[in-house]
Amino acid sequence: MERYQRQIILKQFGSEGQKKLAAAHVLVVGAGGLGCPILMYLAAAGVGQLGMVDQDVVSLSNLQRQVLYNTIDIGLPKVESAAEHLKQLNPDVNITKYQTFLTTQNAVEIINDYDIVVDATDNFPSRYLINDACVLLGKPLVYGAVSNFEGQVAVFNAVIDNDIRSTNYRDIFPVPPMENEIGNCTEIGVLGVLPGTIGCIQASEVIKLITGIGKPLTNQLQTVNLLTNHWQIFSIHPSSDTRSLIPSDIESFRKRDYALACRPKTNVELDYSEFGQYFDREDTVIVDVRETFEKPEIDFFPHVRHPFSMWEKEVPTFRQSTIILFCQSGKRSLNAAEFLAKKHPEKKIFSLKNGILHWQNTQILKENE
Amino acid sequence: MKIKILLFGQLKEILNADFIEMKDVGDSDILMEKLKGKFPALTDISFRVAVDKNLISENIVLSESSEIALLPPFSGG
Repeated sequence: MERYQRQIILKQFGSEGQKKLAAAHVLVVGAGGLGCPILMYLAAAGVGQLGMVDQDVVSLSNLQRQVLYNTIDIGLPKVESAAEHLKQLNPDVNITKYQTFLTTQNAVEIINDYDIVVDATDNFPSRYLINDACVLLGKPLVYGAVSNFEGQVAVFNAVIDNDIRSTNYRDIFPVPPMENEIGNCTEIGVLGVLPGTIGCIQASEVIKLITGIGKPLTNQLQTVNLLTNHWQIFSIHPSSDTRSLIPSDIESFRKRDYALACRPKTNVELDYSEFGQYFDREDTVIVDVRETFEKPEIDFFPHVRHPFSMWEKEVPTFRQSTIILFCQSGKRSLNAAEFLAKKHPEKKIFSLKNGILHWQNTQILKENE
Repeated sequence: MKIKILLFGQLKEILNADFIEMKDVGDSDILMEKLKGKFPALTDISFRVAVDKNLISENIVLSESSEIALLPPFSGG
């Protein structure tokens, strides 16, 4: 116990805290810039079971920020090299290596063995996949992400009160951004100390969750800017849309294509200026995918209502060859359009860009002119 | 009435500023409408709006003391 003496003498932590760490199972997805400090500090602190998922091998350009690896490790699988170094750091820790991408096929099996999951990945498809899996499996998720000199940290899906779970990634960002949106699915610049800082906050949140000390970042998004040293905390509120965006069960999770999350921008989105020409056409059906209780009710043009939340049970069918979907802001309908397009590649399917509220506003503006 | 809007992540690069100021924005819907009118690049990028450190999903009345932040998602790791 001498190894842990400096944390055991902390009043709030004590030998009780140390026992909890030793009994904990933590899965770190991604052994890169964020994953390295997370793994190092969790191993050093004495987390009993550490799992790590990474498909990659160590490369020279990793070493500027991925501080677990040495120059001699270039070319080795990251999980192998990381396990080696972590064992030397702390032989008490049991390490499980998964040299693979986390996919819808292996995620449930892997995650099920752990109490807490840490998102240390570097792409949106993985982030949404991990989030949804953790919601479905009821696992707390410690999220971290970086961009240039800034980072974000949050604790998702942790039990906060009487079995109520804290908000998750989709309560902040309901759907993944498009492929050509800047910073998505492309390489961005990063100073090594940034993932170091964010990873350390993540490791600290993991330790807090395990030992029950302090206040974890539940229902909150911590932002960090290393250039200005502005650290801010934003409150996240649960959104009624979130549950309908996550697969309803494990079976539909396994069928979901998360790679589409980094989807190319297609002309699936219909601009409001073109919307009017589709009214009252024989070959076109306009569909409101909002929940039936959502306002405003639309009476400007004929349409039908099929809430997207019901689609996993039963996908609506339409005889028309062109289908235009709309919702409040254009996000849910875009998701629905992509969902429908996979089922019916033969049909022309559009989502009204920016949603019905935007369209309505433009109509009011026109009338006032 | 002038309102200060803090930019995060890639939005700083897109608008080439750390913050922007907008006049005559009574509520968050008007703010977004005006922002997207002035900076069309904002229509093509995902971000959340926070008012006084709360992520909002409905229209909210703004005052001069309101602190606005535009938060895009980060993917890097």
